Amino acid sequence: MSVVDRQEWDVVVVGAGGAGLRAAIEARERGARTAVICKSLFGKAHTVMAEGGIAAAMANVNEHDNWQVHFRDTMRGGKFLNQWRMAELHAREAPDRVWELETWGALFDRTKDGRISQRNFGGHEYPRLAHVGDRTGLELIRTLQQKIVSLQQEDFKETGDYESRLKVFQECTVTRVLKQDEKVSGVFAYDRETGRFFVLEAPAVVIATGGIGKSFKVTSNSWEYTGDGHALALLAGAPLLNMEFVQFHPTGMVWPPSVKGILVTESVRGDGGVLRNSDGKRFMFDYVPDVFKEKYAESEEEADRWYDDPENNRRPPELLPRDEVARAINSEVKAGRGSPHGGVFLDVSTRMPAEVIKRRLPSMYHQFKELADVDITAEAMEVGPTCHYVMGGIAVDSDSAAARGVPGLFAAGEVAGGMHGSNRLGGNSLSDLLVFGRRAGWHAAEYSAGLAGGRPVVEDAQIDAAAAEALRPFSAESPDEAAPENPYTLHQELQQTMNDLVGIIRREGEMAHALEKLAELRVRARRAGVEGHRQFNPGWHLALDLRNMLLVSECVARAALERTESRGGHTREDHPTMERSWRNVNLLCRLADPTGGLAATDPERGQIDLVRETTEPIRPDLLALFDKEELVKYLAEEELYE
Amino acid sequence: MSSYEARFKVWRGDTEGGDLEDFKVEVNDGEVVLDIIHRLQATQAPDLAVRWNCKAGKCGSCSAEINGRPRLMCMTRMSVFSREETITVTPLRAFPVIRDLVTDVGFNYQKARQVPAFVPPKELGPGEYRMMQEDVDRSQEFRKCIECFLCQDTCHVVRDHEENKQAFAGPRFLMRVAELDMHPLDAAAESGLDRKATAQDEHGLGYCNITKCCTEVCPEGIKITDNALIPLKERAVDRKYDPLVWLGSKIRRRS
Amino acid sequence: MATGTEPHLNSGGVHTPTRAAISASHLRTDRWWLAPAATAAGLLAFIVYSTWRAFSNADYYAAPYVSPFYSPCLAENCEPMRNGPNWEIFGSWWGLSPAILILIFPLGFRLTCYYYRKAYYRGFWASPPACAVAEPHRKYTGETRFPLILQNIHRYFFYAAVPVAGILTYDTVLTFRDENYEWGHMGLGTLVFLVNIVLIWAYTVSCHSCRHIVGGKLKHFSKHPVRYRMWQWVGKLNARHMLLAWASLVSVALADFYVYLLASGVFDDPRLF
Repeated sequence: MSVVDRQEWDVVVVGAGGAGLRAAIEARERGARTAVICKSLFGKAHTVMAEGGIAAAMANVNEHDNWQVHFRDTMRGGKFLNQWRMAELHAREAPDRVWELETWGALFDRTKDGRISQRNFGGHEYPRLAHVGDRTGLELIRTLQQKIVSLQQEDFKETGDYESRLKVFQECTVTRVLKQDEKVSGVFAYDRETGRFFVLEAPAVVIATGGIGKSFKVTSNSWEYTGDGHALALLAGAPLLNMEFVQFHPTGMVWPPSVKGILVTESVRGDGGVLRNSDGKRFMFDYVPDVFKEKYAESEEEADRWYDDPENNRRPPELLPRDEVARAINSEVKAGRGSPHGGVFLDVSTRMPAEVIKRRLPSMYHQFKELADVDITAEAMEVGPTCHYVMGGIAVDSDSAAARGVPGLFAAGEVAGGMHGSNRLGGNSLSDLLVFGRRAGWHAAEYSAGLAGGRPVVEDAQIDAAAAEALRPFSAESPDEAAPENPYTLHQELQQTMNDLVGIIRREGEMAHALEKLAELRVRARRAGVEGHRQFNPGWHLALDLRNMLLVSECVARAALERTESRGGHTREDHPTMERSWRNVNLLCRLADPTGGLAATDPERGQIDLVRETTEPIRPDLLALFDKEELVKYLAEEELYE
Repeated sequence: MSSYEARFKVWRGDTEGGDLEDFKVEVNDGEVVLDIIHRLQATQAPDLAVRWNCKAGKCGSCSAEINGRPRLMCMTRMSVFSREETITVTPLRAFPVIRDLVTDVGFNYQKARQVPAFVPPKELGPGEYRMMQEDVDRSQEFRKCIECFLCQDTCHVVRDHEENKQAFAGPRFLMRVAELDMHPLDAAAESGLDRKATAQDEHGLGYCNITKCCTEVCPEGIKITDNALIPLKERAVDRKYDPLVWLGSKIRRRS
Repeated sequence: MATGTEPHLNSGGVHTPTRAAISASHLRTDRWWLAPAATAAGLLAFIVYSTWRAFSNADYYAAPYVSPFYSPCLAENCEPMRNGPNWEIFGSWWGLSPAILILIFPLGFRLTCYYYRKAYYRGFWASPPACAVAEPHRKYTGETRFPLILQNIHRYFFYAAVPVAGILTYDTVLTFRDENYEWGHMGLGTLVFLVNIVLIWAYTVSCHSCRHIVGGKLKHFSKHPVRYRMWQWVGKLNARHMLLAWASLVSVALADFYVYLLASGVFDDPRLF
């Protein structure tokens, strides 16, 4: 086998979005030599797409806000399936993480008295989202990027080398986490530009690769979101948690087709935008579920008063959690009351003067003007649900972000599961990235330092196997002489399958069908072949990513088939209600063949084993933050009496 | 919904050389140039190298030159061209090419490292920062930058003069200097760093002849020249070319 | 990439060997040459006209109108203008056209103006001719060296341009007299002068240096509300600096030409009241 370049680091972070960069900063500040690997250029991560803001109970706009209220909102939004300790840490630490960004140069929008301004968002009781217009994600990524540069400048002063303690390997893809026995020993990666393989040896690996949206046809996610981290963890022996929960953001663009799925920020609704069907009716009033009845306005008049007087009025139902709004839009379209291109109308033009819209929603104005030729200050937008976020992910320890069962593996951000339960509130993802990114970096550095002399070794055989796996698409051929498969075609079929059969509304038969289809695609994917050579070859890159998308899609389909209730981001037409008995059940996906060989082509069995697990009871002092009447709606009898 | 067949010329090649290759490709209603490049990838040229990411004009990855003009492929609608027109797509021509439409933009990351970072004020802890909206407006405009590097690509200072890359940071990073110099709480001056003077001395502000191509190509509509570069030039004048200021500092130093 | 040797014309810039091998020096298909050509033609026309008028030393006063090219008139050889802007600071030794004495200031102001710099760098110097169109120069040092480093004195020309605009305002006030210096009259020329002075002021105040001086140099606008207000106001004008630069250039030439027509007797100033 060819000689593969090896480098030694203390901590390797896979992914350079908000969580990855925050983890890298923390690890480096705690003394670990840290490498970051990302598929795109440094600073292009999908985090830049986050628009609305960072949820943190700083109480700058409403003094009643505090971490307990934030915790409560998060649990409600997640329908009490959240890993409660994560939700607690998140609510407690988010303000510090936001303030810290300011000391690194971030410039948030300000209140009149010069503090960080906070805006309303779906599911949040008080205005809570620190924001910069509607480009908060960009501000976050740029601030973290610039903080990394400033750490590199410090290292340059001391060592004469910018990259002596913190290096970003951009446009590189990790295909395997390497282990010696049970412990992580490093990662195997290729450089997209040259196609060269290399190995980073490190006892601690933080996975922060984001989500899985590219397995769905209509998605707000970029090409990078192929579930790499989910698959890497699975292949390394770590379980994935509650993969059935996929958030469909209620408002994605529906026209023109080439931009279908691109996000329309929730701030449009937070700042006064309303949803209407083709009859011009504000239909959300008809879709307020019982558990939220007391919190939301019953008339348009009350809802409209709320923007100016939130103390004495209830909030408009457009600001229900995302799963509720997405389902409502879906129902309206199905009932034939949709807009011309199969969505509903989202209107700000009749709600605010044009200048205000341009000032508060500049990139939305820009996006619709440039991409759809729609002037949102003069006409309504057409929007519909789009695959946006996966709540499920790598099962981690709440405090340390350590992946279960694989010492040295950590996970943070969207790729980690548990924090958001069955549905994520808007604004909670950016704060999640910061809170748990920091924790992952911190514990990875600590773990790495604790191993001092006895680091696991990277074995040559593993490198050879990983290299062979990565090169397979170049020599793709099949036993029965069938032509090699086109990876682009396979990808499109996968997206169509997931969109149609495991989408926003799910049925048993369709999901069973999806599993069969996935098995067929898996067999064909082994024949995925590519032309050309290894230098910046997107066909090859996609062929490799297919493995990950197929693995993750199977997890989603299997878990969705198993959970016979509707909760948050998982809606079953054949089981339309939320069952209290499912409240404390987690579904864990593991690789069926723990050796990691992908031989399992049997559609019945597949590659994934599913295990049920009962969650740890919620700590009593946290339960005490809720009214008894509310808890009755969610918790099973036996949980209530404990 | 109408579709037609468009003629494209796409540069294909690498450091060894390359050429414009002809394609005929289907175009549908509402599509952008990046959609067409993707269609080429999926149907005719699977190894056609292209960088892209968000496809919504927010990440600044898919920069290229379309009919000779630096643009984001995802924000260039096909409807701006006539159906008869042949559309030429090439990689950015100010940076070394890697393959097809992908260039080595490392120059920009180097320059980013040369701009000293934000210096936090010593006396304020996290959570104690107070800044007025009118004081952050200016820097916020510059922070809209998505780092597509189209301004760096179009700027003739480096596009037409490779040798100037050493001395000149380019509009994006001069704008970064301006952003920090206008940041209401940046304490660089207290730490002995004069951003106004270093803009001229270390980042090559003097090379800029304010011909405004950076502003013309900016997909975020940032007024780079009027709001960042010229104000920065004026600030440099305060430090270096204003005899009154110079005299004042001489006298102060003596006393 | 700096190898120390001068890159050959065909191998530099976009033809540097590391860059994508494309033989055309640019691939623009639009009429990119139109803007620089129009700019060059416009500036050239003004230069020719103003040179002729400045050196002609004649036909610049037709009571009550004085050509803006000759105001203030600072030598003894000026035509007498009652209450007009002739102050004999330079005495009798000055034999050339008195316009030259004063035109240096507005000329310097416009020559170092950030907009005109763009215009003539592009239009005359082709540096660059248009965006992403290769410039024909082998070397480029921008405004880092003599003489172009002198562009940095723009703000001093701004300081000088303010009193000049003040005097032109005074001249405009004087146009409310008639040819016998009686107040309370107004001719077509008065209108021409009014439009001109408004444009001159708008151009002068919209200057980038002015924007810097009134408020742009501040770090904290919130501590200087009045200057902040002024900065915003100047900023609004500044966004139209190019338009104002051309409009005032045309209006000043027209005002002069109007005076020339009157002084050379082509027609009499139509009286409005």
